[in-house]
Amino acid sequence: MNMLLFLPELALITMALVLFFATLASWSFKRLYGLTLAMAATTVVCAVASWGQEGMLFFGAYQVDAFSQLFKIFITMGLFVVIAMGEGLKGIETRLKPEYFLFVTLSCTGLVFLTSAMELITIFISLEVSSFALYVMIPFRKADGRHREQMEAGIKYVLFGALSTGIALFGMSYVFGIAHTTYLAELVKVVPGLFASSPMLIVGMVMMLAGFFFKLAMFPMHFWAPDVYQGAANETAGFVATIPKVGAVALLIRIIALSQGADLGDFTWILATFAVSSMVIGNLSALVQEDVKRLLAYSSIAHAGYVMVALLCVNTLGFATAIYYIAGYMVMNLACFYVVYHVGQEGENVTLSDLSGLYKRSPLLALVLAVGAFGMAGIPPTVGFFGKFFVFTAAIEEGLFALVIITVINAGISAFYYLKLVRAAYTPVADPGETLVVGKPASLLGMALMAAILMVGIFPQFFMEVAERAVGTLM
Amino acid sequence: MDTYLIANTLGYPILSTLLLLPIIGGLVTLFLKGEKMLKAWGLVVTTATAVLSLPLFNAFDRGTALYQFAEVSHWFPFLDLNYVVGVDGISVLFVLLTTFIMPLSVLCSWTYIKDRHKEFICVLLLMESAMIGVFVSLNLVLFFIFWEAMLVPMYLLIAVWGGKRSDYASIKFFLYTLLGSVFLLVSIIILYVKCGTFFIPALMEVVFPFSFQVWIFLAFTLAFAIKVPMFPLHTWLPAAHVEAPVAGSVILASILLKMGGYGFLRFCLPIAPAASLYFMPWLIGLSLVSIVAGGYLALGQSDIKKLIAYSSVGHMGFVTLGIFLLSTGGIQGAMIQMINHGIVTGALFILVGIIYERTHSREIEDNKSLGMLMPAYVAYLVIFSLASFGFPGTNSFVGEFLVLVAVFTHSKVAGIFAILGAILAAAYMLRLVQKMVWADSDGHGHHDDGGDHGHALWDLNMREFLTLSFLLVFVFWIGFNPKPLMQVMDTSITHLMEQVEEGHHQLKESHHVAPGHDLAALVNGH
Repeated sequence: MNMLLFLPELALITMALVLFFATLASWSFKRLYGLTLAMAATTVVCAVASWGQEGMLFFGAYQVDAFSQLFKIFITMGLFVVIAMGEGLKGIETRLKPEYFLFVTLSCTGLVFLTSAMELITIFISLEVSSFALYVMIPFRKADGRHREQMEAGIKYVLFGALSTGIALFGMSYVFGIAHTTYLAELVKVVPGLFASSPMLIVGMVMMLAGFFFKLAMFPMHFWAPDVYQGAANETAGFVATIPKVGAVALLIRIIALSQGADLGDFTWILATFAVSSMVIGNLSALVQEDVKRLLAYSSIAHAGYVMVALLCVNTLGFATAIYYIAGYMVMNLACFYVVYHVGQEGENVTLSDLSGLYKRSPLLALVLAVGAFGMAGIPPTVGFFGKFFVFTAAIEEGLFALVIITVINAGISAFYYLKLVRAAYTPVADPGETLVVGKPASLLGMALMAAILMVGIFPQFFMEVAERAVGTLM
Repeated sequence: MDTYLIANTLGYPILSTLLLLPIIGGLVTLFLKGEKMLKAWGLVVTTATAVLSLPLFNAFDRGTALYQFAEVSHWFPFLDLNYVVGVDGISVLFVLLTTFIMPLSVLCSWTYIKDRHKEFICVLLLMESAMIGVFVSLNLVLFFIFWEAMLVPMYLLIAVWGGKRSDYASIKFFLYTLLGSVFLLVSIIILYVKCGTFFIPALMEVVFPFSFQVWIFLAFTLAFAIKVPMFPLHTWLPAAHVEAPVAGSVILASILLKMGGYGFLRFCLPIAPAASLYFMPWLIGLSLVSIVAGGYLALGQSDIKKLIAYSSVGHMGFVTLGIFLLSTGGIQGAMIQMINHGIVTGALFILVGIIYERTHSREIEDNKSLGMLMPAYVAYLVIFSLASFGFPGTNSFVGEFLVLVAVFTHSKVAGIFAILGAILAAAYMLRLVQKMVWADSDGHGHHDDGGDHGHALWDLNMREFLTLSFLLVFVFWIGFNPKPLMQVMDTSITHLMEQVEEGHHQLKESHHVAPGHDLAALVNGH
C-alpha cells in the first residue's frame, strides 16, 4: 500500500493520539499550543504532499482522488487557521484546553474521512466521528458564572444532530433497499435509471441529503446554527461555522454527482426549494441580529443556499464553483470569526455595538472585518464576488433563471447586514474604548486571511483550474 | 478582437499605468508617516497620473471610432475574462476628467480633513484607480468589477470622514448602487451565455431579438439611472452629498455621476438600440421630470450643499435628455454637459468646502453677505454659479444649448419643459449668490469677537486660489472654444449614431413582437 495515499489521515490520527496523551499529562499551555500548532502545520504539509495521489483503499470504500485530496487540503488548512486563531483559547475552560485541541482534531479527522468515503456506511461513520467530537466540544466554554448558554447550545446541537442523523440513516435505508448497494460507484450506475421508475428513491435521496444539510446548516436543518454559534465559545463557533461545512459540501457534491445525466425533475425542485428557503430565511433573519455570531450564523444559512444553487446545476462548472465558493466562504468566515475572537477579550459574545469604533481601537481588526464582510457581500475584487459570479454563470447556463433572480435579490439584501458590520467598525464614535492589542503572530494571521480573500479573488484562474480538475474525477 | 482595437504605440502601457499608479501609490501610503508627507504623496501621485494621462489627449486619433491605446492580456481565459482596456472618443474624456479632478480633490481636502490622513489618501488613490478602470474597461466583467469595487472607498469616504448623519447617507449610497447593479451582473452573464464573450465592442455588433433587448436595456438602465441619478431614484444623492467630506462630494459630483451617463452611451444605446428607441419617450419624460423636479427642489433648500446636490439632479437630467433624444446634437450636448458639470459642480463643492472650513456651517443663513469680507471668494462663487446655469460664454452654455436645440427639433412641448428647468436653474443659483454675496445683513455675524459667537473669516489662500483658477480656465476655454473637445468625441458619436440607426430597422422588423417574452426561451433558443 502506498503510504502517501493515507498520509493526511495518518497525520491527523497521530496528532489526535499525541493530543490524547497531552490531555493526560499536565503540560504548560504554551508548550501544548506550540506542539498543536506544529502538528497542525504538519498535517497541512502532508495533505499538500498527497495531492495528485489516486487510488482505492479498504475494498473500494475509500477513494483517494484529486477531489478528496483538494478537500483534505482545505480541511487541514482550516484546522491550522482555527488553532492559530484561538491563541490562548480565551473562551475555553482552562482545564479543558487540551481536550479542546483533541476534539477539534478528531472532528477534522472525521471530515477528512468523509471526503474520501465512497460507501454509505463509511460516510455515515465518518459523519458521526466528526459530529460526536463537536457534541463534546460545544459545552467546553468557560463557565465563570456568566455564560450558561453553552449547555443549551450543546443540548440543541446533540438533539438536532441525532435527529438529522436518524433521518439520513433512514434515507440511506431506502436508497439501499431500492438500489441494492451502498457503494457510490455502483449507485452512480443505477441511480439515474431508477429515478424515473422509483419515486421512493427521490424520497430516500432527499432524506439522506437532509441529514447532511444539518452539517451545512441549510434549510430545513438550520435551526441549530444561531443558538449553537451564540452559545459556543468564539473559537469553537469559528470552527463549527467553517470546516464541517467544507466537508458537507464535499459529500453533497459526491452524492448529487450521482444523479448526473438523469432527468432530475422533482429532485431539482425539492432541492431548489430548500436553497431558496435557506437564502430567504437566512438573509431576512440576519437583518435583525445584534449578536455578531448570530448574524454570521444566519449569513451562513444563506450561503448554504447559494452553494446549493451551484450544486443544482449538476455540471462541471457548477461543482467547481461550489468548491471555489465553499473554500472562499471558509476563508471569509474565518476572517470574521478571527475578529470576533479578538474583540471578545474575555471570550464573551460580541454584539454590533461592541464593534463600534473598532477602527480606532484596532485598525487591523477593522480592516480584516471589512474585507471579510465585503467579501461575503460579494463586492469585487474578493473571492466572494467571483464565487457569486460563477454561481450565476453556471446557473444561467443551465437555464435556472428564476433561481438566479432570487439569488441576486438575496445577495442584494445580504449586503445590508454585512455593511452593518463594516458600519459598526468604521463609524466614528465619541468614546471608542480602549485599544485592542493584537500580537505579532495574530496580526500576521489576519493579514494572511485578508491576502487570501483578495488574491483568490483577483486571480481566480489557478483555483478554478484546480477545482475543475478535482471535479473531473467525478464526472 | 483585434478588429476593434488599435494597439498602444506610446512606448509605455499608458492605460495600465494610469490604473496601477494610484493603486501602488495607495499601498505605499501604508508605509508613510506624518500628515505633511502623506498629503504631499497624495498630491504627487495624483498629479503624476494627471500628467501621464495627457498623451491620451494629444496622441488621440480623432479620425477613428475604434478603441485606442488598447492593451490585451489573458487574465482568466476560462470564461473569456480577459484584461482588455482601451479608450474611444467617449471614454477618453472621462478618463481625463478623472485624472484632472483627483489632484484637486487632494488639494481641497488639505486642511478640511483633520484626522486619519493615511487612510484618507489611501482611499482616495484606490478610488481613482477604480474610477479610471470603469472608463477604460472593454470587458464587461472587468467593468463590473471596477464599478462595484468603487463603492467600497466611496462608502468609507462618506462614512469615516463624513458629517453627522454620514452613517445613514453612506449606507443609502451603498445599497442604492449595489441593488441597482445586481441585475446588471445578471444581464452581463446572460449576454455571455448567449454570445460567448464579455468583450464589449463585439457585443455591440450582435443583433439581439427585440424582446431580449428590452430585458437587457431595463437591467442596464436601472443601474445607470440610479448612478446618474434620474428621478425618482435620486434620493440617495442629496444625502450622500451633504454628508460627504468635500473631496467625496467633488468626486461624487464630478466623476461618479458621469458613470451613469457613460453607461447609457457605452452599453444601453449600442447593445440594445431597438429597446433604446422603444423606451425613448419614457426616458425623455423621466429626464424632464428630473430637470424640473431637481430645479424646483433646489429652489427650496436652505443648505448650500443640498442645493447644489439637487441642481446636479437637474443638470444630469439635461444629460440623460440629450442622450435619449438619440440625435447627434443631443449626444454631443450630453457629453459636453457631463464634462462641464464635472468642472463646474466640482468647483461649487470646493467653494462650499472652503466656506464650511471657515464658518462650520453649510446653511445659507449662516453664510450671508460675504461680499465685503471675502472678495476673491465671492468672485469665484459668482463665476461658477453663472457657469452652473449656463450663462453664455461659460462652458455649460455650450452643452445646454446643444441639448436644447436637439430637444426643440424633437418636440416643442419637451423643449418648453427643458427651458423651464433652465430658468429654474438660474433662479436658484441667483438666489444663492444674492444671499451669499449681498443679502441684507452687514456681515456682523462673521466678525470674530473672540467669544462664543461669530467666527474668523479670511479670504482664499494660495492653495484654494490655484485650485479654483485651474477649473476656471476650463470654464472659459470650453465656453469659448469647445471645438477641441468636440473633435475628440465626434467620430465616436457618429459611430454610435450608426449603431442607433440599426435600432430603427430592428424595431421595424420586430414591430409585431410584444416585449416580455420568456427570457429563458430567448437565451436558450439562439
